[in-house]
Amino acid sequence: MIDVFVIPLLKVVIVLNATLVGVTYMVLLERKVIAWAQSRLGPMRVGPYGILQPVADAVKLMLKEDITPTRADKWVFTAAPIISMVPALIVYAVIPFGDRIHLFGRDISLYITDINVGLLYIVSVASVGVYGIILAGYASNSKFPLLASLRASAQLISYEVAVTLTLVSVILMAGTLSMVGIVRAQESSHMWFGFVQPLAFAIFFIGGLAETNRAPFDLPEAEQELTGGFHTEYSGMRFALFFLAEYANMIVVSSVATTLFLGGWLRPFPNVAALSFLGIIPGWMWFLIKSFIFLYVFIWVRATLPRYRYDQLMNIGWKVLIPLAIANLVVTGIIRVALL
Amino acid sequence: MAESIAFYTIAAFILGFAVLVVTTRDTVHSVLFLVVDFLFVAALYVLLGAQFLAAIQILVYAGGIVVLYLFVVMLVNLKRPPEEYRDPRRRSVLGFGLSAAVLAELGLIAFWSRLNPAPPLAASAAAALPVTGNTEQVGWLLYTSYLIPFEIASMLLLVAMIGAIVLAKREL
Repeated sequence: MIDVFVIPLLKVVIVLNATLVGVTYMVLLERKVIAWAQSRLGPMRVGPYGILQPVADAVKLMLKEDITPTRADKWVFTAAPIISMVPALIVYAVIPFGDRIHLFGRDISLYITDINVGLLYIVSVASVGVYGIILAGYASNSKFPLLASLRASAQLISYEVAVTLTLVSVILMAGTLSMVGIVRAQESSHMWFGFVQPLAFAIFFIGGLAETNRAPFDLPEAEQELTGGFHTEYSGMRFALFFLAEYANMIVVSSVATTLFLGGWLRPFPNVAALSFLGIIPGWMWFLIKSFIFLYVFIWVRATLPRYRYDQLMNIGWKVLIPLAIANLVVTGIIRVALL
Repeated sequence: MAESIAFYTIAAFILGFAVLVVTTRDTVHSVLFLVVDFLFVAALYVLLGAQFLAAIQILVYAGGIVVLYLFVVMLVNLKRPPEEYRDPRRRSVLGFGLSAAVLAELGLIAFWSRLNPAPPLAASAAAALPVTGNTEQVGWLLYTSYLIPFEIASMLLLVAMIGAIVLAKREL
């Protein structure tokens, strides 16, 4: 009874709450890091060094008036933020934060579930998230959101191809679709896949930037051209849902990149015995550290690089990343067959 | 028992949303109901123990193809309902005829399979396979027993792709 219902439910509650708290603090981290990059201080007033800023933001967003435009399609307008938030959260069901641990005399796994099509589940759930953006633009019944949502969905669909192709080359290396199985494969081959698949890693990271609509690919939110992007007409908590979904997706991309290319919960160089003192840091800490590095790089890139033009974005996606990903996949396949 | 309750619930949702797809006036709403319908079909696959197929169903149909439908529906403005067909009765006669034909076909299939019950193919085939796991079994069967249908399907897709390129790009 406890093993079937209580523990999974507890895990779900912990993971969802940790994610939402992490997301709100990601916003603060982003503002701070960008401020430092631009020789500013960032938020300083709410709490020491502004650490209570997310609380103030949340209260402000909840108290704001929730406006639905008169000409909007009301049902779709209400559903769109929900549709973009839910996929971003349910993906965490298969992400392995760590190995099994002993806690209170029980053997507990540090992942909610391990299904045999885990990676495919992540890709398919993420592909449903596009609807939130398309429908938000459509339902607002206003031209800038519509243009932004068309851009956003074209971008997502294009980059999804390249990202999925890199995932296939990782699957070829691991021989399994299970997220836990992929980490175990890296453990048994004594190598993080990031070292054997550097090209796939690079393409995944660039595609991940594009899929989360982050700079330098944040065309859907290009303020100069499109006012606020697809969520121009949204206010209050509904706007906040889009905002949170974007950050939740960033955490998802970081976690997936960590699991596939940086060995998940494994310590660095798991095959070097001289480094075994690193084992005193538990696996889930390694996972969080690696994911955090990714998130930091996301912000760093935003503070550094200017935005691409739309045609450049499409050229990179279709003419550079997809051919490279296909070539990488073919070479990986040949090498795998030759080695077996 | 629990399985049949789950099956009939999911089947009821699939049929209900399918009815909504064809009866809704607003085309975008209709496409959305289609997505929900596909999600429930994926749930049916999970119930049958075909997790791979369920994930592919969501990835390809709900996440890929219907997004393109939505693009077309949004770009072709269908706010105004299309004009009435000149003779609505002729169309409904045709519709009823086709529905009756499909119903008769389904009845015939049900009757035939009751007379000649098929051997439990899935279980025996799965037991004979050298691999375990849902994805591995699907892959194994596709590249051994069903290789030729698989290749024919991929040829069909390739032809469709070339056709689309030729139609879209007049000067090559």
